[in-house]
Amino acid sequence: MAQVIKESPSTAEPLLKLRGVEKHFGPVQALYNVDLDLPSGQVTALVGDNGAGKSVLTKCIAGIYQIDHGQFFWEGHPVQIHSPRDAARLGIETVYQDLALSDNLDIVQNMFLGRERLRNGLLNEDDMERAAGQTLANLRVTTVRSIRQPVASLSGGQRQSVAVAKAVMWNSKLVMLDEPTAALGVVQTQMVLDLVRRLRDRGLAVMMISHNLNDVFEVADRIAVMYLGRLVVQDWASAFDRQSVVEYMTTGKSGRTVPNAQDKGQHGAS
Amino acid sequence: MARAEAPEDPTAAAGRAAIVDVPPEIVAQSLGEWVRAWLTRLRAGQSGVLPVVLGLLIISTVFTAISPNNVFVSAGNLVNLFQQSAVFMVLAMGEIFILLLGEIDLSIGYTAGVGGVVAVQLVEPATTKWPWWGAILAALLVCAIIGALQGTLITRLRLSSLIVTLAGSLILNGVMLITLGLGPFSGSPSLQGTNPNIRTLYKLMWGTIDPVVSWIGMVLVVIVIGSILWWSDSRRRRSGLVAPPASLTVLKIALIAVVGIVVVAICNVNRAAIGTLAGVPWVIPIVLVILAVWMVLTQRTRFGRYVYAIGGNPEAARRAGVNLAIVRTWCFVLCSVTAGIGGTLYASYLGGVSNNFNGGQLVLYAIAAAVIGGTSLFGGRGKMLHGVLGGLVIGGIYNGLYLLAIDVQWQFIVTGLVLLVAVTIDALSRRSATSGSAARV
Repeated sequence: MAQVIKESPSTAEPLLKLRGVEKHFGPVQALYNVDLDLPSGQVTALVGDNGAGKSVLTKCIAGIYQIDHGQFFWEGHPVQIHSPRDAARLGIETVYQDLALSDNLDIVQNMFLGRERLRNGLLNEDDMERAAGQTLANLRVTTVRSIRQPVASLSGGQRQSVAVAKAVMWNSKLVMLDEPTAALGVVQTQMVLDLVRRLRDRGLAVMMISHNLNDVFEVADRIAVMYLGRLVVQDWASAFDRQSVVEYMTTGKSGRTVPNAQDKGQHGAS
Repeated sequence: MARAEAPEDPTAAAGRAAIVDVPPEIVAQSLGEWVRAWLTRLRAGQSGVLPVVLGLLIISTVFTAISPNNVFVSAGNLVNLFQQSAVFMVLAMGEIFILLLGEIDLSIGYTAGVGGVVAVQLVEPATTKWPWWGAILAALLVCAIIGALQGTLITRLRLSSLIVTLAGSLILNGVMLITLGLGPFSGSPSLQGTNPNIRTLYKLMWGTIDPVVSWIGMVLVVIVIGSILWWSDSRRRRSGLVAPPASLTVLKIALIAVVGIVVVAICNVNRAAIGTLAGVPWVIPIVLVILAVWMVLTQRTRFGRYVYAIGGNPEAARRAGVNLAIVRTWCFVLCSVTAGIGGTLYASYLGGVSNNFNGGQLVLYAIAAAVIGGTSLFGGRGKMLHGVLGGLVIGGIYNGLYLLAIDVQWQFIVTGLVLLVAVTIDALSRRSATSGSAARV
């Protein structure tokens, strides 16, 4: 990705910084001392085996769970995220794996669900349709026949695109995508990965949870690996290869010496 | 980024395959295109209100042919048919609020019963002497409380709506009988008499508007609806949004005008055997006003949008920040209030109330009317208009079989069969819709 300026993480202040984040459910500790950086204009892939804590971490950032210890820094300032509303106010949007679209509503209605525009107390359909069309055009989601067609009639990739467009419509700065390509075929996966790149090119911070290392290496600028509730390593994607990521995912460490990765891995695993 | 363009083609093909699911009016730019898209959808088994309109035509044709002296299409009988159907229509519109959520309300028959009895009891000059409007308001308030109680139990305690409203139906049946027994009317307070309050309640169903006023009113209504339609469609066309072609808008307005002219013309025929009885019955504008208000509420407001969203995917609605409990509870309140209006109209139709008020049958006819009209039992799909069309079908069957002097047991059987057909169509169209999109994932 030639257009990405590879600044060192230490010089540029990341959009969202997590420091020492911990979360437990009763006696079960789900997150241990997680330090994660999510810089603007970059795609950070969050990988890890099942039960590593990816979803819990995402839900903590989205405000669905409250963290027990640790701090969030948004553009350098400490912030509290107590509810999904807090997250939305900061500009954090999440696209969950199930997409949360209403099949019986059309694309415009889905994109504005919960934030409908009104005129004289009634829905301002014209305005919403124009804005939705604009967002889809900006993201080059051009394959849908009409933005007035019900979501039930869309393909998997189109649904994913609508869900992403819905998330970026609200001047969001950080978009978290949970397994965006899990249910998709090859062509549809490409369509979604292109969309992810366009979000990055628009300067958004993107966090993508994925099991699929092909997708991760294709689109991610940075990779963060979780293992049993710990963030064991995060660094530029170029600092990893497939083998080392798999080792981190399955054992929490890598026998390979990738110099940059080593020192970054320290604080995450502490 | 050059790769970005390449993968678009196969998905564009998927988009073309999806033409069947797209309502024709949102993609067609000319009348010809619209008709072609509509025919495509029709062949794919998605036809909107066409089945119920066809059903109405079949019912009218069959009953006209076999009723003695073709009395089915006589003006007197058609007006009578509308009056009989009005109660089903109003109750069905109430039920549609609940069906859109994907729930069911089995209590609206006896909610209507309680509402009707309260209204009639309160205007009785021998006892409470309330003005007619106060009595109706009180009846609707009682119904609103019934709906709020049931809705709260269902949404807050997460009880099944089926069971709560089944229990509610039994309880309300008892409450209705107790309320009937109040006062010196031996269980059947009537609306016969010359007291103006009683007359007003009686005229809700039986009063007529002067033929000349009927014509003027109809013309005004058509002009208002026509200009709203024309104005909003042409604004969309001007601003380059998807809008139906102008010819289609004109066609829609013309259709509304034709329906208006036919209805008023039929109602203005003198239908009395002796003397004169002509004009549009009050109940027609009453039903139209309810339809219009509920249509705006469900199609043009946030609340309505949330009702559909909850019916389609409650989890999506919850994540979008919709307060599910409040929207659901309000639906039960609105359903019960609508049932109260229906009950008052039914009391007016019967000329009083007694233990003949068959709430158990009314609720089944109301649900049948909503489903026959095209509202899904699975939630999220349906319109208020379906209640009116379905109510006409039920009323037509009821009326036609009555004219043929066929016993009531056959009327039950025929209505039940029609309901079965409607539910089958609903389930099949739902199945083809889901399998269709699954194949495209």
